[in-house]
Amino acid sequence: MTAAVTLSDLRRSFGPVAALDGLTWSAPSGRITAVLGPNGAGKTTAIECAVGLGRPDRGTVRVLGTDPWQAAADHRARVGVMLQAGGLPNGTKPLRLLHHLARLYAEPVDVDAVARRLGVTDFASTTVRRLSGGQKQRLALAAALLGRPEVLFLDEPAAGLDPHGRLDVWDLVAEQRDAGTTVIVTTHSFEEAERLADHLVIMNAGRTVAEGAPESVTGGRSLEDVYFSLTRKGAA
Amino acid sequence: MSTSDTTATPTVSRAASPGRRVLAQAGFEVGSLLRNGEQLLVSLVLPVMALVGLHATTSPSLGPGSRIDLAVPGVMALCVISSAFTAQAISTGFDRRYAVLRYLGVTPLGRGGLVAAKVLATLVVEAVQLAVISALGLLLGWRPQLSGIPYAVLFVLVGTWTFVALALLLAGTLRAEAVLAVANLVWVVLLALGGVIVPRTELPVGLSHLASVLPSAGLADGLRSALVEGRLNLPALGVVLAWGVLATALAARLFRFDD
Repeated sequence: MTAAVTLSDLRRSFGPVAALDGLTWSAPSGRITAVLGPNGAGKTTAIECAVGLGRPDRGTVRVLGTDPWQAAADHRARVGVMLQAGGLPNGTKPLRLLHHLARLYAEPVDVDAVARRLGVTDFASTTVRRLSGGQKQRLALAAALLGRPEVLFLDEPAAGLDPHGRLDVWDLVAEQRDAGTTVIVTTHSFEEAERLADHLVIMNAGRTVAEGAPESVTGGRSLEDVYFSLTRKGAA
Repeated sequence: MSTSDTTATPTVSRAASPGRRVLAQAGFEVGSLLRNGEQLLVSLVLPVMALVGLHATTSPSLGPGSRIDLAVPGVMALCVISSAFTAQAISTGFDRRYAVLRYLGVTPLGRGGLVAAKVLATLVVEAVQLAVISALGLLLGWRPQLSGIPYAVLFVLVGTWTFVALALLLAGTLRAEAVLAVANLVWVVLLALGGVIVPRTELPVGLSHLASVLPSAGLADGLRSALVEGRLNLPALGVVLAWGVLATALAARLFRFDD
């Protein structure tokens, strides 16, 4: 199986702190990869390197065969991104924003259909600044889907959503995979990882401590047990 | 690891052309500015009030010559400073705070496209401002030197570049709240003492010397020379250009996309 995303021996330091310390993992094409790890494990830094927002001090990143650092617009059009911090302009309304962002792509999806699907139409008249955390998540996810991405990076997509909202997001992520999209999801939720992952990566202290198909990573134990045994202080 | 899959098949995910992306973002930014009440106040209402106020009074002195002819170019300079500097600094500072700059950096627009769109949006807003001020000025008896209009356009373009570069330098290095405070403060100080509406020759001697090296006075003097005398003011152009080069070099080095 080919990999759509490959991170090889990435190192990135912020001052004396090594956020990534020889990180290596890959995301198989057309599958959902869930990346688990405690706060400070380097998940967000790894995603930043993969989407071209950060450049590793050492190591190589390939997304669809391209180095994402200063990659061309056509590469960025093939990659959908939902950032943890959101990054959506505050002073505008959701549908105006989605229609605007869709114009950055040659062949965007049907904006109104995506907006309906994610329930964005329910809060269409509210300014982005005044949306609840869950509503912002839905809007950010809709924005990530606009360009029919071949690779989708979702940084904690279901965080802050109620149980129905989580289920909606998981269904949608699975649908994207079934349509051939490679999806990379970072999460703190074992339930999310168990439901979604075709491929599992567990990170700790800037390194990969386990990677593979979910059953091979857990080896019959619960994901929670495996996770804590690999990531508790001193375990790495 | 195989990477051949990326070149073999044609893909549906493509970016819109660079021109369309920049136009789309510029249109979005103009729309956002025009929907923003406080911004409209600074962009249009205050310059209109300044022009009407200068027309209705005899103080402060604007120097020898027709008062309205001297007032209109100064108010035009004020418009450029409010759109290119104050408005851009504040909006970019908050876009940086809320990670909008990061987000747009991962879309097909990219960072270069965002800067191009901001400059274009600024020019569109300025065109609206200058049209309103010109129309109002003509109603109040303004008689510009038509031969100086190309020089005035040159000063507006160079001034826009310089003040957008200064705005990005501010917005890309300070916290959003500090950007808000500094951008507004600088606007007020330049308005009062920067040789914008009141020509620097009419300021007290010490201030007049200081203002002669400011980009605000350079821009306003250049516009006055062009529209009152039909003359290209090269020393003023030199001052504005020098600030533009300096601010661009510093912004390119120091601008941080992350808060």
